Amino acid sequence: MSKLKENIIQKDMLINVGPQHPSTHGVLRLIINLEGEIIRDTKPVIGYLHRGKEKLAESRSYTQYLPMVDRVDYLSGFFYQAAFCYAVESITGLKVPRRAEYIRLITMELNRIASHLLWLGSFLLDLGATSPLFYVFREREDILKLLEELTGQRMMYNYYTFGGVKKEIPEGWIAKVLGLCKGMPKYFDEYEAIITKNPILLERTKGIGVMTPELGVDYAVTGPNIRASGVNYDLRKSNMYSVYSEIDFNTCLEESGDSYDRYVVRIAEMRESVKIIEKALAQLPGGIPEKLRVKRVNCGCKKEECQYCGFDTQLTGKKINPAVFKPPVGESVVSIEAPRGIATCYVVSDGTNKPYRVKWRTPSYSSVQILPELIKNRPYSDLMPIFGSLDVVLPEVDR
Amino acid sequence: MYELYTKILSMIGIPEIFAQMSWPVFPFGCIAALLVFVVIFLVLMERKVLAWLTIRKGPNRVGPNGFFQTFADAIKLLFKEDIMSKQTNKVLFTLAPMIVFVPVMVIYGLMPFTEHLIAINLAVGLFLIFALSSITTVGIVLGGWASNNKYSLLGGMRSAAQAISYEIPLVIAVLSIAVLAGSLNMLDIVKAQEGGILSWNFLPAFIGFVVLFICSIAEVNRIPFDLPEAESELVSGYNTEYSGMKFALFFLAEYSALFIISVLIATLFLGGYLPPFNDYLSVILLDNIINNPAIMDLLVHIEQGFWLVAKTYAIIFAIIWIRATLPRLRADQLMAFSWKFLLPLSFLNLILVATLKLFI
Repeated sequence: MSKLKENIIQKDMLINVGPQHPSTHGVLRLIINLEGEIIRDTKPVIGYLHRGKEKLAESRSYTQYLPMVDRVDYLSGFFYQAAFCYAVESITGLKVPRRAEYIRLITMELNRIASHLLWLGSFLLDLGATSPLFYVFREREDILKLLEELTGQRMMYNYYTFGGVKKEIPEGWIAKVLGLCKGMPKYFDEYEAIITKNPILLERTKGIGVMTPELGVDYAVTGPNIRASGVNYDLRKSNMYSVYSEIDFNTCLEESGDSYDRYVVRIAEMRESVKIIEKALAQLPGGIPEKLRVKRVNCGCKKEECQYCGFDTQLTGKKINPAVFKPPVGESVVSIEAPRGIATCYVVSDGTNKPYRVKWRTPSYSSVQILPELIKNRPYSDLMPIFGSLDVVLPEVDR
Repeated sequence: MYELYTKILSMIGIPEIFAQMSWPVFPFGCIAALLVFVVIFLVLMERKVLAWLTIRKGPNRVGPNGFFQTFADAIKLLFKEDIMSKQTNKVLFTLAPMIVFVPVMVIYGLMPFTEHLIAINLAVGLFLIFALSSITTVGIVLGGWASNNKYSLLGGMRSAAQAISYEIPLVIAVLSIAVLAGSLNMLDIVKAQEGGILSWNFLPAFIGFVVLFICSIAEVNRIPFDLPEAESELVSGYNTEYSGMKFALFFLAEYSALFIISVLIATLFLGGYLPPFNDYLSVILLDNIINNPAIMDLLVHIEQGFWLVAKTYAIIFAIIWIRATLPRLRADQLMAFSWKFLLPLSFLNLILVATLKLFI
């Protein structure tokens, strides 16, 4: 009897959001304690998509593991491949030609735009606006088509290799990318016209889910999420990996760290990425592949420092034989600014053809952990504007 | 029609009392047919318009241009298994879709589609329409509670809160129409607006028109006020646990409510079946050509139906357009919007209209 009474007067309700829920972006499970519609306590349960990406590396050779790295985060495969390649290259001491570095940079930035676009669509879908999803997919489709033409794949590219990239740019590809870059800002203006000043969107996202810089740093949140809180931390600027040092670009910062600022930062970042791609294409060593080929035939000097047939215009430096590729004993940590934050790859080599240990540090993991802090004592309806704005991709959390 | 009906029955030898009792079944049969017909094409229209607004093609596989897509969906729903979990309250769970559906159907009978096409012409038609439309909420709360599902429960509670806050500005906005027409009879309200577009009610009661339009979107639970079924938060809200025919009833009720609320807006503020000109088009154009008054009557009748349908679909299009554009409001913002903004506005409208009525 007393237990029954206890149950009746019990004020809060335990609600299980996910793993099969329309807007948990995959298979996140949240155990939420609700009092009325107010969230009192949240416990994220992760691991529904654990695929053992780190352990799998130990039974595969470096080259065999390379295609699997794309699957760590299916929306930004290039970044994880780049992190792994840079780590292995730094153990081995492989030098990457500048042309390959530029191609890597261009593909990564294209990938960043595609990833942010998908985030934009799903974030607004979470808020109840259905149409932007279709509009962002239109632009994302253009990017994916270009990447498909380049790599042969739409999402799992497997394009980088140790010491460079695998394929030459196809003919006419650069012109297409430039055309896309020209059209992109117009699309962004279109989104901003419908979204940025929308009073309902402002009501729902301004001042919601405020992440203070201290809190964000404590939870090791990175990427656009922490930049929206005013922490100027962009590895592209501070670490200058790849050839980012040769390109002038701005880091997009906001002050208050609420959901709206995270949206603003990502939009600004997409605009910035377009500019980076344009600049990188203009500076691409060797230039347009058709002309480069002709010039190479005409030059034919085969000298290291030649402008056309030298090292800097190659696709890969030293060709490696996948069967006998054995990096020397050593370890390396490489961090890369992925669309969702800092992706870190730690590779230990024991001198065999298989990595001894591969460890991934992925940004969304921190973003999920900070969620309970952000939505504490907020209405249940705020869950989606906050969770959506953090841009969590679950496969990347679980690896 | 009634005379003809009793005549036929008495010819077969059935007593007149039976004829009197069975007569009201006919309008309701017609209304049910109309309702299903309307919903089927409304769903198709919504999908096509949404597809057009979101650069897609929409349904285009079943029939020419996907014309029969909704029929296919309806057949699929009919053949689906009716799942009910063990711990649901079976009586209430079954009752809820009916409670949602029946009032909407009765409202169809109270609406003047043309001058003669009104099933139940009551002196207090307007009052009854709003009384019935609030019953729907009871069904939604019941369904949410009986499902024994937390999402459904939250959806049901939200629906109740939403109905309480939106029905008040809605009714006060409509009150101004009763003041303008001096009657609660639907036909009288329409007839009071005779004389072209300038004498329609939306001009003197423009604020009321806007308030009613916003409140009606909330009343039929559509974006940006679709909190009871907010799919990104509550999976599907109050109808999460429903499947098969019971879900179809909810679905049917939702779309028929959308249609009838648009008819209501058209009737109250946009002159109902009246044309936007001084006289009917058929009268203006064909008066000298056709001399038979019976044919003329028929033409006018058809034209009245056309005007009402045209106005209704214009309103529905606007509602679908809003759905494609706006995100969803939060529960407390929705309440604040209603109590702090719409309610004072509707009172202002009532005062303005009453003053206007006093001096004109």
